[in-house]
Amino acid sequence: MSVIAFAKNWEGKFKKSTYELVSYAKDLASRLNTQTLILSIGEVDESELNKLAQYGADKIISVDDSRLNILSSRIYAEVISQVVNKEGASYVILSDNNSGKAISPRLSVKLKAGLAAAVLDVPKSLDPFIIKKRVFSGKAFAYVQIDSEKKILTLSKNSFGIVENPAVLNIERFTPELADDIFKIKVNSVEKADDKMILADADIVVSAGRGMKAAENWQPVEDLSSVLGAATACSRPVSDDGWRGHEEHVGQTGKVIAPNLYFAIGISGAIQHVAGINRSKCIVAINTDPEAPIFSIADYGVVGDAMTVLPKLTEIIRSGE
Amino acid sequence: MKILVCISNVPDTTTKVKLTDDNKQIDNAGVQWIINPWDELALTRAIELKEDSSNTIDEVCVVNVGLNQSDATLRKALAIGADKAIRIDAEPLDAYFVAGQIAAYVKENPFDIVLSGIESSDYNGSSVGGMLSEFMDCPAISSMTKLDVENENIIIHRAIPGGKQILELKPPFIGIVQKGITNEPRIPAMRGIMMARKKPLEVVAAVELDSLSHIVEFELPKAKASCQMIAADQLEELVHLLKSEAKVL
Amino acid sequence: MNFELTEEQEMIRDAARDFAQRELLPGVIERDENATYPTEQVKRLGELGFLGMLVDVEYDGGGMDAVSYVLAMEEISKVDASVSVIMSVNNSLVCWGVQKYGSEAQKQEFLKPMARGDKIGAFLLSEPEAGSDATSQRTTAVDMGDHYLINGIKNWITSGGTASTYLLIAHTHPEKKHHGINAFLIDSKLDGITIGPHENKMGMRASDTHSVMFNNVKVPKENRLGEDGQGFTIAMKSLEGGRIGIASQALGIASGAYELALKYAQERKTFGKEIFKHQAIAFKLADMAVEIEAARFFCLKAAWLKDQGKPYGQASAMAKLYAAETAMKVTTEAVQIHGGNGYVKEYHVERLMREAKLTQIYEGTSEIQKIVISRGLLA
Repeated sequence: MSVIAFAKNWEGKFKKSTYELVSYAKDLASRLNTQTLILSIGEVDESELNKLAQYGADKIISVDDSRLNILSSRIYAEVISQVVNKEGASYVILSDNNSGKAISPRLSVKLKAGLAAAVLDVPKSLDPFIIKKRVFSGKAFAYVQIDSEKKILTLSKNSFGIVENPAVLNIERFTPELADDIFKIKVNSVEKADDKMILADADIVVSAGRGMKAAENWQPVEDLSSVLGAATACSRPVSDDGWRGHEEHVGQTGKVIAPNLYFAIGISGAIQHVAGINRSKCIVAINTDPEAPIFSIADYGVVGDAMTVLPKLTEIIRSGE
Repeated sequence: MKILVCISNVPDTTTKVKLTDDNKQIDNAGVQWIINPWDELALTRAIELKEDSSNTIDEVCVVNVGLNQSDATLRKALAIGADKAIRIDAEPLDAYFVAGQIAAYVKENPFDIVLSGIESSDYNGSSVGGMLSEFMDCPAISSMTKLDVENENIIIHRAIPGGKQILELKPPFIGIVQKGITNEPRIPAMRGIMMARKKPLEVVAAVELDSLSHIVEFELPKAKASCQMIAADQLEELVHLLKSEAKVL
Repeated sequence: MNFELTEEQEMIRDAARDFAQRELLPGVIERDENATYPTEQVKRLGELGFLGMLVDVEYDGGGMDAVSYVLAMEEISKVDASVSVIMSVNNSLVCWGVQKYGSEAQKQEFLKPMARGDKIGAFLLSEPEAGSDATSQRTTAVDMGDHYLINGIKNWITSGGTASTYLLIAHTHPEKKHHGINAFLIDSKLDGITIGPHENKMGMRASDTHSVMFNNVKVPKENRLGEDGQGFTIAMKSLEGGRIGIASQALGIASGAYELALKYAQERKTFGKEIFKHQAIAFKLADMAVEIEAARFFCLKAAWLKDQGKPYGQASAMAKLYAAETAMKVTTEAVQIHGGNGYVKEYHVERLMREAKLTQIYEGTSEIQKIVISRGLLA
């Protein structure tokens, strides 16, 4: 009956989204009157694991096999399913990030467990189990009923929040049974981009569109982003024209993000763009066109030319620190 | 080598989502149906590989689980350059059901590479590719941003947070396609549209399989409160509001 | 009666729409402003098969029906009429005539490259003294035994500077009036051909329009299209089909302007509400929608008649007249709805209005259409 959350680590560290995941798992377990189990795969220090206990983990199951430091959805799904079966857990929760998206479908088939991806809230009802998720990239929501006995959820970022709930650290080691031939994909090399903030993790995103007029006009965007410790993003026409890389494209056919603060600069606010950003907690629009549709979804708006507004804004924020 | 591309039939991404009066269904009246954008990129790349005579791709097929309203979308895939379309004749109940149906087909009709978009723009499950790989017990490459074939070897780039991995593997495998795999989806040419008339669109019966979930109700997002406008020479005020009112700085 | 499009016709319309939105829209204002020929865009038009979509498959065309052609012309003209006029002239004025009247050798030599879009065709009928009135040809093609000798000037030739192949109309036997007119397929690089300066036009500025001068140009006998004296018929029949192209272009210009105006009316606010909520604006849009729908029916009806192998001259004249008048009216209203913004290039509607004007003039002015239609009433 218990709830298991898979806490992914990044080179041995957890992120804020992990704490939100644990907080959510604890909340669900309380509703179900059962235990919150957290599963960590790969080598993670005890002090780091202890952080998870602060959000309500009754037990932390650690699979500290160094072969598992690099994520493989196939192997991780196998490990998670072994733990789920051993613990007799009924609910598995993962973050709705790259790894959660890759692991959860496999797990669903292994466990014959219905999957609700990108859930946004606590369950609307427990029996039957009905939960709210994003559909049409945020243009609508659906209430999904999971009919199978075991259930898998992936949790959208910033949909629950972080709730402290200190518990005593209780770590249990687990050694999964893995066939050797499962480790067979050859990774030739890994290229890291620079140290820029990763879009999906960023609390603040500074995003710009066609209104910037040309690729060489991006410096003010970079400057604002850097003073805020933000990630940069862009609208589709900008990535289609090659002014910025595809990895920066947010919108219905790009990345769907939910930062605390989103700056939409020179972005008119086409419906496809809005679908990718409308779960942002706060949206600031800067545009020369006072009629731009982006203002209808923004919280704060400035009518003006980005090339003059951005440097001033950057300076105000810099001097205020 | 043979490539199979899994295709979802989805409403055009510019569509404004409307619900039926009881909120139980999406109101599809007047909706334009398209190939799910990520699936279309996967298909485009598959066709590019086939057209490049230096490698050994000799057939590109597309598969969809759906009723006959998917036929126009499949025909477009044929017009773009797929050689054959397969429609598994069933309502696509949930991702598990769809993946199970495709897996059953592929077990009978093997492919070297199976491609699927990382997400569908309708139900945003991001699940079919991953589920398929588990059903078929074969490796899956998620967030694939590059796919090249060199003889029997496949070279792949996969996006990972903050960078990319470069992998090499041999088929069979499942590629879950992210943007970047190709520049732009193709516009069908007149010649392709004409040739699509003669290409096979095979309708096959679904296998017995339960779905694991279903949607009970939809809801539309609430309208936002109106935007607070700040003059371009009052940016201090904006920063102040972001700090004290919105509490996001 | 059946108003449903086939799956294939819808696919062609969508392909044209995707092409127009993705590849024509970026840069359309600049190309118009600077009168830059859309070289890259025309190349793509050829690759996608639009330049020869009506030509039979065996001559490298798309083998599509005229209904599909109307749909494609409308979508492309919504965005860039400079490109769609090149498409229309190549398809319905040049390729059509070669396919209908050409010898097998002419089809191999001239039709195939034009259908593929490798070469562009131009239709040389208008003269300084004979625009819409095609009977007063002054250009002569004298029969010299083994060749024809061409002399004269042709005016307002779309693709005059870029075309590789000319379909030229000229008099061989002036005494026989229109029975003495011939049509020729001419390589534009022949000695004695001089291309006049680029016309600095009001609209469709990116298409290249030139006068073309012929000074003792020797054209081989085998390049005459059709029988001796069939030129007038070829010209008139080509124009019948051409009118479907220009009518659909006018339809596209009108619907492009209407779509922009409708969107603008829902976004722009005055007196605290969207201007669409002011009846004065909403009624304008209602009128525009009705007239565009009527123009669309005219165009599709003419195309349908053509596809059925039925006479379509009267229908295509009505379609061209109505669609051109609608385009002028609708684009003018679209500018009005946009207010001051409508007068600014960035909003596209002023360009569409300039383009609409030409549809009332070329390939037979509105007045000429009325002559054609009124004569048809007594036939």
